[in-house]
Amino acid sequence: MEGKEPKIIAFCCHYCAFTAADLAGTMRQQYPTNIHIVRLPCTGKVHVNMLLQAFVDQADGVIVAGCEIGSCHFLEGNTRARKRVALAKQKLEEAGVDPEKLDMYYIPASEGQLFAKTAHEFTERIKRLNENKKEQPGITNSK
Amino acid sequence: MIVAEQKPFEQIFNSVKNYENIMVLGCGTCVTVCMAGGEHEVGVLTKQLILAAKQNNVNLNVEELTITRQCDKEFFDENTTNKIKEADAVLSLGCGVGVQYIVELFPDMIVKPGVNTKFLGANISQGLWSERCGGCGECVLDEYEGICPVARCAKSLMNGPCGGSSNGMCEVDPENIECAGQLIYDRFKRLNKLETLLEFKPAKNWSLSRDGGPRRVAREEMMFDDE
Amino acid sequence: MDKNKTSSDSHLEQVLYSGEFTLTGELGPPKSADKNDIIEKAKSLKGYVDASNITDNQTAIARMSSIASGVISLEQGLEPVIQITTRDRNRLAIQSDVLGAAALGIKNILCLSGDHQSFGNHPTAKNVFDIDSIQLINMLYKMREEQQFECGDMIRNGKKGPVVEPKIFIGAAANPFAEPLDFRVMRLEKKIRAGADFIQTQVIYDMDRFKQWMEEVKQKDLHKKVYILAGITPLKSARMAKYMKDNVSGISFTGDIIERMEKAEDQKAEGIQIALEQIEEIKSMEGVHGVHLMAIGGEKSVPDIVEKAGLMPRPSVKEMKT
Ligand code: SF4
Ligand code: SF4
Repeated sequence: MEGKEPKIIAFCCHYCAFTAADLAGTMRQQYPTNIHIVRLPCTGKVHVNMLLQAFVDQADGVIVAGCEIGSCHFLEGNTRARKRVALAKQKLEEAGVDPEKLDMYYIPASEGQLFAKTAHEFTERIKRLNENKKEQPGITNSK
Repeated sequence: MIVAEQKPFEQIFNSVKNYENIMVLGCGTCVTVCMAGGEHEVGVLTKQLILAAKQNNVNLNVEELTITRQCDKEFFDENTTNKIKEADAVLSLGCGVGVQYIVELFPDMIVKPGVNTKFLGANISQGLWSERCGGCGECVLDEYEGICPVARCAKSLMNGPCGGSSNGMCEVDPENIECAGQLIYDRFKRLNKLETLLEFKPAKNWSLSRDGGPRRVAREEMMFDDE
Repeated sequence: MDKNKTSSDSHLEQVLYSGEFTLTGELGPPKSADKNDIIEKAKSLKGYVDASNITDNQTAIARMSSIASGVISLEQGLEPVIQITTRDRNRLAIQSDVLGAAALGIKNILCLSGDHQSFGNHPTAKNVFDIDSIQLINMLYKMREEQQFECGDMIRNGKKGPVVEPKIFIGAAANPFAEPLDFRVMRLEKKIRAGADFIQTQVIYDMDRFKQWMEEVKQKDLHKKVYILAGITPLKSARMAKYMKDNVSGISFTGDIIERMEKAEDQKAEGIQIALEQIEEIKSMEGVHGVHLMAIGGEKSVPDIVEKAGLMPRPSVKEMKT
């Protein structure tokens, strides 16, 4: 893993986070190139299965990024996503994967800078987690 | 419907980790509707197993498949049958019936349950299910105007409610369980027939319930002659 | 029931029948095989109450069986009222126990559904509830009056054997404070129709509600069809009162009781004082035939209360047969 950039998947909603990411690009705000953005119509589209699938497919970290609470284009998509992210974190932990490798963020369309900052910070977090990767196996042997 | 709930992951993992090829088999009927063992849950559990196997350095190949119903022969088509036969163990997310049915169809196969089968119940609100019927074999809902004392009273009191009824709730769990005796009373009051509640209800015939031994229903007219 | 005659050899029934203000006590069997525990408790109650309830795995905690404890109590000269819950035994087991109890000299049985096992020390147990308390009342009634088992068979050992039915004085509980409130008198009526001879009520800490309930009882003439014993338990502390108020379903408190307990310097004495006042009030109530004095764990305080309440000496209707 040394030196290698972690692979991060970001599920971004079309109306806010994705627009912010786009804006970050046009504003020439640097954000790590290892972030693979998957555009969704709304974070309400996120389900646990797909979050875990990302990890099965070798992602080092996963971000779900939606509108700010209260300003979801589809009213409640992001609050529902929040619950599913919480459940997915629990499922990861049960499987022995550090739940910190998954997180949800709320990024308004106009905040290109916030997107870039979030991407940086999350990448750093994943790098750190990967470095002290003496991760304890999450499952104890049969009792 | 039959309401079930997924078993703790650790228990599931420990029950299958010693087999190499696992087939997670979902059921498209009751457990899909109560979101315990349908296609989506099968997907999540499969991924969890793959991740856990990796974390624990266990060699595990996990396949996933969901069929319409695990308690009917006709849904075990050729594809399903082949996939099951390729596995070392099936992890069934069907109810307890599904697990046993697979064992009956594939006598050499190891089949592990992935859910705890809970009760016959209804979806009360999003994410909430509640027991309604105890499958007692001789329905008395007509006598109780549609509220079941067998399944819904913590003590199955046919002449309830007991002294523990308070604010409409049962003493066993005053936060979550409604008192069936109170519900029956309210219903009779609404229907203007309270006085009929004075009627003594004799001891119930439990021989038609599970107490009479495992039950079966046989319908001659539906059977094929050659069976 | 017919109050113009007695239906058993129960001393308790004799006292009630005689019209005396009647007193029953309560005795909790030990959580061990310690016979002395019962002997001691029975000794302190003997002569101060006309009969004493023996609880049946009260609050779903495994204890010495009520019938065995009852027999020990009987040996001490204290007439037992055996409690039977439908939680732990089905109709077969109960009827067999009733026959055995009757053969051992037990004459009173109180029919209960019983606290749910989730409250006790074996919460993972399977419950039975084959029948409910009202069906139990009816079963005992049928055994006594029709000499029949629940299934309809005669109570006799073979076709030529003598019919020897258990002559049990049948008790039931009533809770004037549980809900639905306006069903509580109907439920009493149901129990009377099923065959209850006497009623012991839930402990009273809400005299207003109890009086209201009694009014309804009298309107329906139910007090003429059954003996009613009002439940009294002296409070030990304000804390106990508050705990019961908040945690026990089907118990109601009027505000002044807790207030009195809190203000009292000697809370235990105040609890007894309140109980005495309640007994005094109940004595003058039409339709109430006595008091059921429950002082579980406080059996020793009973003589004191009974004496102070002016209820001594207890009637000896006839020499108690053991
Ligand atoms: S009476 Fe029996 S069959 Fe009818 S709802 Fe209740 S448990 Fe089910
Ligand atoms: S409180 Fe109601 S539901 Fe609960 S056991 Fe008593 S009668 Fe049944």
